[in-house]
Amino acid sequence: MQVENKEFKPLIVAFCCNWCSYAGADLAGTNRLNYPADVKIIRVPCSCRVNPMFILRAFQRGADGVIICGCHPGDCHYTTGNYYARRRMTALFSMLDYLGIEKGRTRVEWVSAAEGQRFAETMNSFVSTIISLGENKRLEDLRCKTK
Amino acid sequence: MQDKMIARAKELLRDGAVNRVLGWKTGEFVYDITPAVFTSAEELDRDFVFDAFTAANLSKYLVKESKKEGKVLAFLKPCDSYSFQQLIKEHRVDRENVYIVGIPCEGKVDIEALKARGISGITAIEETADAVTVKTVYDEDITVAKQDVLFERCVNCKSKKVVICDEMLGENGEIVDSDRFDAVAKLEAMTPDERFAFWQNELSRCIRCNACRNVCPACTCEKCVFDNVNSGVEHKVAANSFEESLFHIIRAYHVAGRCTDCGECSRVCPQHIPLHLLNRKFIKDMNELYGEYQAGADTETRPPLVNFSMDDCEPSIVYQRGGNA
Amino acid sequence: MQRIGVFVCWCGSNIAATVDVQRVAEELKKEPGVVFSADYQYMCSESGQNLIKDAIKEHALTGVVICSCSPRMHENTFRKAAASVGLNPYMVEIANIREQCSWIHKDKATGTEKAIILGRAAIAKVHLNAPLIAGESPVTKRALVIGGGIAGIQTALDIAEAGFEVDIVEKSPTIGGKMAQLDKTFPTLDCSACILTPKMVEAAQQEKIKIYSYSEIDEVKGFVGNFSVKIRRKARYVKEDICTGCGLCTEKCPQKKVPNEFNMGMDNRRAIYIPFAQAVPKVATIDPNYCTMLKTGKCGVCSKICGVKAIDYTQQDEIVEAKYGAIVVATGFNPISPAKFDEFAYSQSPDVVTSLEYERLMNAAGPTNGTLLRPSDGKHPHTIVFVQCVGSRCDGAEKGKPYCSKVCCMYTAKHAMLTREKYPDTDVYVFYIDVRTPGKNFDEFYRRAVEEYNVHYIKGMVGKVVPENGKLKVQAADLLSNEQLHIDADMVVLATAVEPDPSARSLATKLTASMDTNDFFTEAHPKLRPVESPTAGVFLSGMCQGPKDIPETVSQASAAAAKVIGLLVKDKLVGNPCVAHSDELLCNGCSSCEKVCPYGAITYSDKEFRMPDRTTALRRVAAVNPAVCQGCGACTVACPSGAMDLFGFSNNQIMAEVDAICK
Repeated sequence: MQVENKEFKPLIVAFCCNWCSYAGADLAGTNRLNYPADVKIIRVPCSCRVNPMFILRAFQRGADGVIICGCHPGDCHYTTGNYYARRRMTALFSMLDYLGIEKGRTRVEWVSAAEGQRFAETMNSFVSTIISLGENKRLEDLRCKTK
Repeated sequence: MQDKMIARAKELLRDGAVNRVLGWKTGEFVYDITPAVFTSAEELDRDFVFDAFTAANLSKYLVKESKKEGKVLAFLKPCDSYSFQQLIKEHRVDRENVYIVGIPCEGKVDIEALKARGISGITAIEETADAVTVKTVYDEDITVAKQDVLFERCVNCKSKKVVICDEMLGENGEIVDSDRFDAVAKLEAMTPDERFAFWQNELSRCIRCNACRNVCPACTCEKCVFDNVNSGVEHKVAANSFEESLFHIIRAYHVAGRCTDCGECSRVCPQHIPLHLLNRKFIKDMNELYGEYQAGADTETRPPLVNFSMDDCEPSIVYQRGGNA
Repeated sequence: MQRIGVFVCWCGSNIAATVDVQRVAEELKKEPGVVFSADYQYMCSESGQNLIKDAIKEHALTGVVICSCSPRMHENTFRKAAASVGLNPYMVEIANIREQCSWIHKDKATGTEKAIILGRAAIAKVHLNAPLIAGESPVTKRALVIGGGIAGIQTALDIAEAGFEVDIVEKSPTIGGKMAQLDKTFPTLDCSACILTPKMVEAAQQEKIKIYSYSEIDEVKGFVGNFSVKIRRKARYVKEDICTGCGLCTEKCPQKKVPNEFNMGMDNRRAIYIPFAQAVPKVATIDPNYCTMLKTGKCGVCSKICGVKAIDYTQQDEIVEAKYGAIVVATGFNPISPAKFDEFAYSQSPDVVTSLEYERLMNAAGPTNGTLLRPSDGKHPHTIVFVQCVGSRCDGAEKGKPYCSKVCCMYTAKHAMLTREKYPDTDVYVFYIDVRTPGKNFDEFYRRAVEEYNVHYIKGMVGKVVPENGKLKVQAADLLSNEQLHIDADMVVLATAVEPDPSARSLATKLTASMDTNDFFTEAHPKLRPVESPTAGVFLSGMCQGPKDIPETVSQASAAAAKVIGLLVKDKLVGNPCVAHSDELLCNGCSSCEKVCPYGAITYSDKEFRMPDRTTALRRVAAVNPAVCQGCGACTVACPSGAMDLFGFSNNQIMAEVDAICK
């Protein structure tokens, strides 16, 4: 089911690892599984390529939510990448929470290449979380606003 | 202690064991202490100072000093020794070019705390085990309880132990039980809105002077990302509240797992932002999630962010902890 | 400034139906640096590629953005097209507007808007792309096959036939696998051993093949063309090169009560054993769990009796380290344990057997020498009920498997037919959900079972089996006549689902090869690259990839071999140029990157640098070995100073994409 909300169209950046989650997103597409167009995917080789700076950058530029998807722990194409990503993101998310950024604006999900369904479900659920949180006002840099 | 240190420094200079000494000297005011390099007995006699105000962590200076010709003598307090050992771990200093004399520390006095008590015009400071006495230009002799005027980091001291040195001057201390995470826990217990308000209030005062970055012994990059136009985070000025929080998050993240919690950032902040609370949050988190880790305590242990365990918790754990929305 | 060409593909109506491709092309034309923009029905077609090539030449393009299907589909196609007209292939970026846009968004306005944004992100990235040149690495001309069943044997034989050395690592004492346990094979009913054992012998005699039986994989390092593998040769307490396989010890060993796994535990073997008569290598193995000598130090009968003094109780596991250019996984399958399906009374009555056990009961070399006898009392059974889909096609994944095990319909038909042929006085019932017989001569085979051999096929599931007075009371539903059936059976045979061998999971981790949720190895592409794993240099053969019968297994085995041969004939492999690199001027020498690198691709050295003040300084800096680096990027985030960056996915490129999306 596609989440519909006329008033607030969130801007969501999804970092997907090339081997599992990006392929999972492709499979969701191949199976015509809907999820909101608010989600824009950036392909990275591995979830461990995601620098916390990218996430902060997205928020600075007005993203309302950032999700990082990688292979399931133990299945990383590079063996250990997602384990490092898991620690890094835990630390970062905790810091954002500590600074008073709304819980749930960031998320990590493990989606395999075979889990198209799960990818679509994850995106639907994430988008509805972000819609309920509303616009990202706490981390956005107004000078970066173009509209 | 100051006399003992000068005497030992002179000996080492005379013997040729070192060709210069890294210590502290007084600036315009007695509480205005600056790190300094001394190359002769005369300089030491004239300028070398060690008292309740000599708070600066000298480790960072050793990154450059240890690359120079000849051996340098450095006096390191317990805090400084953690920072120094962390720098060794990161291959940032040449250990063999440094002769370390460990010195015990009973806490350093925060001039702001004295000022807050209405004390001004200080011309000298004396300390005992639990009190400090200052002389002022008004010919006053004021004695206050030490505990009341120490830096926050000293009140919540984590260790009185010098973890690396060639010799100790005086008795080495022990790692102490510290309440240093209490302030973090208090923040964690707040609601996100309260936390946001707290940090807005604190971080919005930032003037982007970079003092915290410049003093931080973990910030020794050849070129700081904030000065590198290619890094994508180069920002020169603090234009709005977002700017500072981004700067401080990135800075805290950069030193996460490497920060020894020496507290220099908060000490030097001209706006009195409690920056150590950011670093301590990372330390507290990692201690709780991945096991106790003290940066600089040794040179072997893998820092938590370049390590992992197969059964680490998921990042979603952070949304299940702390205060609720 | 780059000169960028944008090419928007319709993919027939796949994209064009929900994305206004003309508008996407027009909008993207307005982006800075874009000097050419076009849309076309099929960009991947020859004429589509020509359009791209011509535009590159005509407009002197330095960068190309293709808005089309997933880069996982055609990135290579377009890179090659660009390269053919002299543009560096890494100056091509794909905006995925099919899988991640047109196929999931029904509303054309929404789809078009998103396609434009994805296009902008790709353009922003291409602006920062730099030409990359791939490095080369040598190929070790030797293959490793893990698993010595029919899949592994066939792969190894084909690779050896092409002239390359192959090592087979088999965890049990003999190669042969499950096929060695089968009696007859469908649909031709030729004897399994008769067609398998010559291949086993051939593998043993082939000079290029080395068999490490009773061995396991300890560690795999390296990458395609350059794997370094540690093989654990488990102590078999018998000197393999001396043992003649005479079998005297296996007759004299006093420990007689060891369940014989070859016969599914339906009879016993000795503590020292040769799994079966045609075992390869034909050498004895001591089972340390049962050998009295190894457990208590008292016995030594086999040692005394051995004429060639091959017994060595002090033998230890031995680690062999070898280098390979390619690895084939052929770890096979196991039937699941029916223990969870208590309704069939498997644990309550020995006369409820699995199909593989039934296979052994029918086999001349089995526990009953091929005479069909009930395990409980050794009498001939007169009514036999076969239950299909035991654990296959299960809804609740905690009990069984969601997938169809594929081979059960056919082997059940085979069992039913053979039973009726040998013992015409038996009544044979088969309960099925569906009978699935796609395959050459498969349906004909099944129909023969029904029509010629009068096997009672009943659509419906068995609800309960109750052992009672030496009989098995079978309660079942006939879905076609919609009535309840009660059959007094002498034996019940369960067609249990297949599942990947339990060793596969840990092996997958060692190989960094991915698996699906059922622990089957994932292929690089489900249709186009079915015998390759996504991990370069790792290939898949047989049941480890998914349920399949013998002819399919052998086909896949040969296909995997062909892929391996195709790899091993190369002298050099062209690497992936999207690897990490360190900016020495920024490097602190802190070793953070080295700690997180899973490949050991980063090394440190002291280098002299000229400093701004004209002095020289010795600094410790990192360097990346591009042949070893696989381009994960873990180091780039660990690096505090930003000295470490990744070609193709640089910090600035990713941030440019973020900016473009968040504009």
